[in-house]
Amino acid sequence: MRIVLTGISGRFGRRVANRLHRVHEVIGVDRRPCPGLPKGLIHHRIDIRRRSAENIFRQDEIDAVVHLGVVHNFRVSSEELYVRNIIGTETLLRYVSQYKVKKLILLSSGDVYGPMPTNSHYIHEDAPLMASQRFPETRSIVAVDRAIQSFFWRHHDIETVILRPAHIVGPNVRNAPSRYLRLRIIPTLAGFDPMVQLTAEDDLIGMIEGALKPGVRGVINLASTEPVPLARILKIVGKPTLPVPHPLFKAFLERAWRYRMTSFPAPELDHIRFNAVLDTSRSEDILKVPPERTLYDIVEPFRAE
Amino acid sequence: MDVVGAGIKLLEIASKVSDGMGEVMSNGELEARLERIPTNLGPYGVDPFGFDPNYIRKIMAPVAWLYQKYFRCQSFGLENVPDGRCLIIGNHSGQLPFDAMMIVMSAFLDRDPPRYFRSMVERFVPATPFVSPFLARCGQILGTPENCRRLMGSGEAILVFPEGLRGLNKTWAKRYQLQRFGQGFMRLALETQTPIVPTVVIGAEEQAPTFYNAEALAKAFGFPAFPITMTHPMVPGLGLLPLPTCYRIYFGEPMSFDGNANDEDDFIMEKVRSVQERMQAMIDAGLKRREHVFW
Repeated sequence: MRIVLTGISGRFGRRVANRLHRVHEVIGVDRRPCPGLPKGLIHHRIDIRRRSAENIFRQDEIDAVVHLGVVHNFRVSSEELYVRNIIGTETLLRYVSQYKVKKLILLSSGDVYGPMPTNSHYIHEDAPLMASQRFPETRSIVAVDRAIQSFFWRHHDIETVILRPAHIVGPNVRNAPSRYLRLRIIPTLAGFDPMVQLTAEDDLIGMIEGALKPGVRGVINLASTEPVPLARILKIVGKPTLPVPHPLFKAFLERAWRYRMTSFPAPELDHIRFNAVLDTSRSEDILKVPPERTLYDIVEPFRAE
Repeated sequence: MDVVGAGIKLLEIASKVSDGMGEVMSNGELEARLERIPTNLGPYGVDPFGFDPNYIRKIMAPVAWLYQKYFRCQSFGLENVPDGRCLIIGNHSGQLPFDAMMIVMSAFLDRDPPRYFRSMVERFVPATPFVSPFLARCGQILGTPENCRRLMGSGEAILVFPEGLRGLNKTWAKRYQLQRFGQGFMRLALETQTPIVPTVVIGAEEQAPTFYNAEALAKAFGFPAFPITMTHPMVPGLGLLPLPTCYRIYFGEPMSFDGNANDEDDFIMEKVRSVQERMQAMIDAGLKRREHVFW
């Protein structure tokens, strides 16, 4: 299979590229440089919106597109997020339909549902995407998910897959949940202990590979672990915890974020406050890539010495 | 230690101080009953909804003391609770939901084999610190139709108070008058062909006689209600401590309904009303039979 991989220069993108490269022909597209790629793996250092990116699709027949190039960094201005995420995705969708790519995989996020006090315990793939109600900065990420959903309905001949993994955690990952577990003293919200699922980085790579199989399509929730109370996870991690009342913690984070003293935006506190448990039964039925990591395996690199 | 933990500690002390501790079920017996509850535990000791039998084990003794010594609960008609999935529909009263706790305990302590009801909680609960994890570990779940459907799918008995806060926070003048019922429970019962067990608690109304519900204050504090009772809010901290009234819990014969779950409100309401009337009749009969509020 000849696969176009966006966002190849990220830490995760590079790992996905390495894995897919074993069996497939991978063509990476990213604005950032991507040193240290294995031989034979082509990387185009271009913006997906440029005409030269279209040439990739025009020159060779592309079998699949794996779209990892969605920016999740909320420090980036909202204009920039809009252009890179929404316009970037829309351009990519145009290439996919115009050049008859048979498969499109988006790595979205379980966060798009948003942790809400009114959530039903299990969140099914059909649930509304509420993340930006309490956390407006996530709107471009939600919009990308929606754009690809509507693409899915319009193009029945193209197998479109949207993967929505629960918190991705791994030793190389630099997202909020991994950074949270890496803190030396882990703050929690006093009086809250939500059910949390984790997705191992390595499991996720296997699942992306699995989504390339013919016949897999639609929106799929992913997780490596069953829902577990956060306190239990932190107990396994074994680091000291510090319960802080929510209003205090929120006020602190809002100020710290403004003065660039933290990398956690205040609305993300909802993730350690409310349940957002993904119903992963569809993944078991359709994707059939059982997670290989247990909670202990996932948390191991974060444990106190 | 958190607020809920402190409350449980207090109960433990109270139960130790009180005489006749011997009559309360022994820990071994409680343990044995807990073992007999069917659960769906994951590899980390909790079920996917957050129910943790180990947590129950810790708080079981003081709650059993509340059931047997403090409220001196008597339950009637436990044979009406079926073994499979069912909806336990109760009347709600008493400002703090001790009635829910006691209904759950009656099926747990007095029924053979024991059952552990999962109750559906109000929407403000998940955002309430301390209360939210406490209720979750005790197996109580946010009352959405989807949650209820899932639990019924695994054969659980679900405790629902269709009056919700309207019943819980009503004032003394409205005691033992069922407030307006929601219809969600009936739609679920029709959809899943689940029997409804009408259940009434006599005695919870008098645990905290309320003269007035100060809605403005409730809004200001972000509480669901602000009851003015003889002691609340005048006695800080313990103002809502319930009076030790005698609880009588009646489980009625199961009712079954047929029909379309997506019918118009009027048709559903008719069925709801028949449950409500049955419960009101049970309440009236129970009140007539009762000789005194406290014994």
